[in-house]
Amino acid sequence: MAENVKEHFDIAVIGAGPAGLSAAAKAAEYDLDARAANPDHTPSHILIEGSPLHANTIQRYQKGKHVMDEPGYLDLRSPLEFAAGKREQILKSWDQGISETGINFRANCEVTKITGSRGNFEIHCADGNTISANNVVLSIGTQGNPRRLGVDGDNSHFVQYQLDDPDEYHDEDIIVVGAGDAAIENALALAKNNRVVIVNRKNEFTRAKQGNLDNVLEAINDRNMAFSCRYDASVKSLSVPPPGSVGTVVLNTARGDETLPCHRVIARLGSIPPRQFVESCGIALPNKDPEAIPELDGQYQCNVPGLYIIGALAGYPLIKQGMNQGYDVIEYIKGKAVKPVDHPLLALKFSLLPYLADVDDILALYQQRVPMFSRMNALAFRELIMESDIRYCVSDAQQLNSLQSQGASISQERIRDIESARSADIQRRQSAGLAIKPVTPISPPVITKLLRSGDFIYRHNDYSNSFFTIIEGQVTLSSAEGSDTILGPGQFFGEMSLLSGRPRIGNAVASNDTILIETPRRTMAKLMAANDEVAKGIETVFLQRTLQQFFTPQGSYVDLRDIAKQVKTSHFNTGKYIYKEDDAGEHLYLIRSGTIALSRLENGKEIAIGQLHSGQIFGQMALMGDPTRRESAYAAVRSEVIEISRQPFLALLSKSPESITRLQTETSKQLKSTAELAALPEQASLMSFLLAQGTGEGTNVLLIDENLCVGCDNCETACAETHKGISRLDRKAGVRFANINLPIACRHCEQPHCMKECPPNAIHRESSGEVYINDSCIGCGNCETNCPYGVIKLSYQLPEKPPFLSWLFGGVGPGPGEDKNATPSNMAKEIGKKAVKCDACVDRPAGPACVQYCPTGAAQRMEPAEFINVLNLR
Amino acid sequence: MYVNILNYARRRYFWWSVILLIACSGLYLSQAESLPPNGGSWQGYVLGSIGLFLIIWLSCLGIRKRSYASKSANLQAWVSAHIYLGISLIGVATLHCAFQFGLNVHTLAYMLMCAVIVSGLIGLYAYLRYPRLLVENRANQSFEQRLDSLAKIDKEGLALAANCDTEIQHMISSAIDRTAIGGNLLTQFFGRDRSSVAMPTKGTTSKHSQMLSNEGQQTVIDFLVAKIPNTQKPGEAERLQKLLYILGRRQELLRRLRRELSLQLRTKLWLSVHIPLSMALLVSLFVHIFTVFFYW
Ligand SMILES: Cc1cc2nc3c(=O)[nH]c(=O)nc-3n(C[C@H](O)[C@H](O)[C@H](O)COP(=O)(O)OP(=O)(O)OC[C@H]3O[C@@H](n4cnc5c(N)ncnc54)[C@H](O)[C@@H]3O)c2cc1C
Ligand code: HEM
Ligand code: SF4
Ligand code: SF4
Repeated sequence: MAENVKEHFDIAVIGAGPAGLSAAAKAAEYDLDARAANPDHTPSHILIEGSPLHANTIQRYQKGKHVMDEPGYLDLRSPLEFAAGKREQILKSWDQGISETGINFRANCEVTKITGSRGNFEIHCADGNTISANNVVLSIGTQGNPRRLGVDGDNSHFVQYQLDDPDEYHDEDIIVVGAGDAAIENALALAKNNRVVIVNRKNEFTRAKQGNLDNVLEAINDRNMAFSCRYDASVKSLSVPPPGSVGTVVLNTARGDETLPCHRVIARLGSIPPRQFVESCGIALPNKDPEAIPELDGQYQCNVPGLYIIGALAGYPLIKQGMNQGYDVIEYIKGKAVKPVDHPLLALKFSLLPYLADVDDILALYQQRVPMFSRMNALAFRELIMESDIRYCVSDAQQLNSLQSQGASISQERIRDIESARSADIQRRQSAGLAIKPVTPISPPVITKLLRSGDFIYRHNDYSNSFFTIIEGQVTLSSAEGSDTILGPGQFFGEMSLLSGRPRIGNAVASNDTILIETPRRTMAKLMAANDEVAKGIETVFLQRTLQQFFTPQGSYVDLRDIAKQVKTSHFNTGKYIYKEDDAGEHLYLIRSGTIALSRLENGKEIAIGQLHSGQIFGQMALMGDPTRRESAYAAVRSEVIEISRQPFLALLSKSPESITRLQTETSKQLKSTAELAALPEQASLMSFLLAQGTGEGTNVLLIDENLCVGCDNCETACAETHKGISRLDRKAGVRFANINLPIACRHCEQPHCMKECPPNAIHRESSGEVYINDSCIGCGNCETNCPYGVIKLSYQLPEKPPFLSWLFGGVGPGPGEDKNATPSNMAKEIGKKAVKCDACVDRPAGPACVQYCPTGAAQRMEPAEFINVLNLR
Repeated sequence: MYVNILNYARRRYFWWSVILLIACSGLYLSQAESLPPNGGSWQGYVLGSIGLFLIIWLSCLGIRKRSYASKSANLQAWVSAHIYLGISLIGVATLHCAFQFGLNVHTLAYMLMCAVIVSGLIGLYAYLRYPRLLVENRANQSFEQRLDSLAKIDKEGLALAANCDTEIQHMISSAIDRTAIGGNLLTQFFGRDRSSVAMPTKGTTSKHSQMLSNEGQQTVIDFLVAKIPNTQKPGEAERLQKLLYILGRRQELLRRLRRELSLQLRTKLWLSVHIPLSMALLVSLFVHIFTVFFYW
């Protein structure tokens, strides 16, 4: 094909990840049909991929990774195959799929710009070519593209942007460009068998982790190693050699140009997040959040007509979801009215409700009912319901029973449907001579959740943090201190725990015929990040209710609307001061989330004199007669506080004069405990240590008293024995200060960082507070990265050990505790590594095993509020 | 910071054992005066049974400590009760045998029991005392961190010595090579320093040297101290001063490392006496019961 002859297609799919592949395969099916009718038919679609192979994200998984097909409840709808299995297998089956379905695939063609709209899209590629198309399906995922060197030849075989296997290269001269962790790790790994020069743009390694920093400096200073560094240097030009021979790189250094011969260049300069590219295509994003998800209509079309977005970029982080969307989007483009795969699942969720309406009608109705959701796009709302539970409150036991048995038969029917579909598929494959796919267990269908009027939706002090929206009926919120609040259709509740991560305040009870949407925290958090209107709606009510809780428990939160407008919410990153000792104060603060540390300068040293958690106030003295701050307040972890100045404060007090007494009690309690700590400098320094370790945001922290610990490791042994042979706590690696050892073990954070980006939503919180990971984990490692306390590890399942008594009397097996030499079975390797962490022994009625099995009582778990009591105990 | 094993639950098990001892004394005193009190009366049988039950129960700690599926009270409670009831066993057993001792299997069992209890008392001391000493000795630096520091200053020392004359170079590298931290059980237990050094012998070439003990790095330090006033080369004195400082640091690090090992061992070693003795006690106890019933 001659250059400059512009190619034109009906559909261009950009990005050959699972979503893009599936879309292209569906489009290819249409072309196949067309070719059957007309042998001269040329492909009306193209699949454009930036990297040399298909599905770059999956290609970059570690070798042999077991890829999971979560969510189990969703069926696959795609011309391509996908079932849980090895990365290599899946990639191979897709590779075959590309040729079998006849996808018009163009690799090595990075798209740099898309202009135009339906009917006349221009797709500009990095190699200078342009392709035009009527419709564009964008499925470039969220991994971003590697930042390139920006000199001629940076797209050639001479330059690599990733390193799969450092042991592949021997006795070569290699230049590694970059100063981050990836560059350092690659350079060090290569230096074992090669001569390496690392090129750093700056004069030190500022972005690296401590461990990497130490290692790279050591390697640079090691005279026996062929490893050197060029600081303040950048790549000026390349002379690309023919494959297999030596080329040269010209570096621009502080002392002029330097030419280095080398076999290859490895550039690790980070990646450019797709946001920039997405915006440059004219796609509107709802806000400034770097992870913002474009707004789409019910057919995955964004604000640019004819431009469709699917897969991870559209906010669907799992492979199966993306593949299903690929199928659907082509049907939509072709004008077919397909029902999405989740249609029957939604029908099940609505199945026990007293209506006879179609899923789409119910969805539309619900969206209208709730003002806050009414302007959401239909697709996002559908996903919200998909991830939520529908709860229906019935009047009496009889109705409950009859609905329950109805529910049971609906579930059975669904399972029968799945089974018959599966056996049909097996027959089809058998007759086509294809291999039979292994069947995964059918997960129980999710149907309408029932409760009886008068049942608690949640109770005071529960650690649940889901969010409830009322569709019909009414819900009564009651607390020990104040009057009841009655909420009706369109209103919502549960936002306090959602935003603060603290346990529920008060009880919630539904009355007859109430229908609720219960949305998990993660879904809500995603929605709030994507939709400013929802975020604002929730924030406003949150503020009013928080103020009401604290100042006017007897009143109604609605009355506080005007006052709530006068207060401000601010974020403080860890270590940032809200105010300092001796400042003149004008505000009191109410903690919305996080932990605030109070400190004082004592002989030039800052000592902690207190810690406060969400729902508590501080700095109130400034408005109660003492304008000079007697202590400093800083954020012990990232925190949000509500600032209340004099005017709204007085307004609040005038609404409810009796809250003065409350305020005074709270104040004197605080003063007492700060005075106590300030008088005990040693304890205060222990407290400072604990706060500096971020324990403030925990809810259940394991602290070992080294004055009692005899080092028997029975805590770890007990943990391993009660958790499938793997200890989730590391005592020896704990951080120690004076007699305190803070072992590496989950603290069950108020707002668990680990939960943030778990694709299958495998991390949950029990209503008693424990954060745990369930079996749906796909081993992606996000949680391991996100947990700031290093408590999560990825591990194979270990083989079962012989029983304890046969070890005791017969010496069989490795004995109790984690067997560090155990080798996982092939079966376990097949299943792959999964995330493991402390679950605070949720399932053990006797409580955490580590605590229960410490012979000397040196290991205890507690919430941060108890630190003070414990430290004072001597 | 937390409550230790003795004070656990406001010393509940202390009071239990006090009550047990009072009850046993009552039982002992209630024996008819006509007969000499001994294990043969019904009171003697009851006391013996209590003792037997106690010993079996005390031995069960080893199993309970490892029955991780158990739902019953926490291990600290068990250990606290183990200690108090274990000590009270002396009283129970003595009353059972009515202060009659001799050269027989019965007294052997009694002596073994006493040995177990003494070893238990030593263990109790170890559990209460050594962890605190470990915390003090650690001074906010872990064993691994200290090893790292040691490796670092050893490197520095070698680099410095490389610029000194060969005699010193050899001495320093030999002192570092022959630094001993651990050692056999006794050495570790007492934290003894078995370091040695190949010292240059006076007047001969560097090839001739003599192996000397270098306990506490003292030999090398003394050598350097003597050497410093007699240096001739420019800069040599300064280098030797620095070396001296480094050796001083080593001395301190090594001392703390050894002490940590020693204390850790002391915290645990008694158990390897306590457990086998308990087993021996159980065996002799059954021999005792067997002989009583079949040969009397
Ligand atoms: C370590 C890890 C493990 C995971 N494990 C699982 C699992 O077990 N099961 C599961 O369901 N999910 C898993 N996921 C999530 C899954 O990988 C993603 O959800 C999925 O890959 C998203 O598919 P996609 O098609 O939307 O995007 P991607 O798979 O990211 O594909 C995007 C494609 O577009 C290409 N591209 C990007 N920009 C351009 C451009 N400008 N021009 C041309 N091409 C471009 C890329 O090279 C890439 O090939 C895991 C993720 C990670 C990181
Ligand atoms: C006849 C009396 C006793 C018997 C049979 C006995 C037996 C045992 C046994 C079997 C163990 C378990 C060790 C293990 O498996 O780790 C143990 C532990 C222990 N014993 Fe005893 N013991 C006796 C008396 C005592 C006494 C009198 C004391 C203290 C004063 C004592 C203190 C301890 C301590 C501190 C432990 C360690 C607990 C632990 O680390 O888990 N014992 N004993
Ligand atoms: S795993 Fe880490 S982030 Fe998650 S709750 Fe535990 S400590 Fe917090
Ligand atoms: S590794 Fe962590 S984040 Fe990833 S799926 Fe498992 S639990 Fe979720």
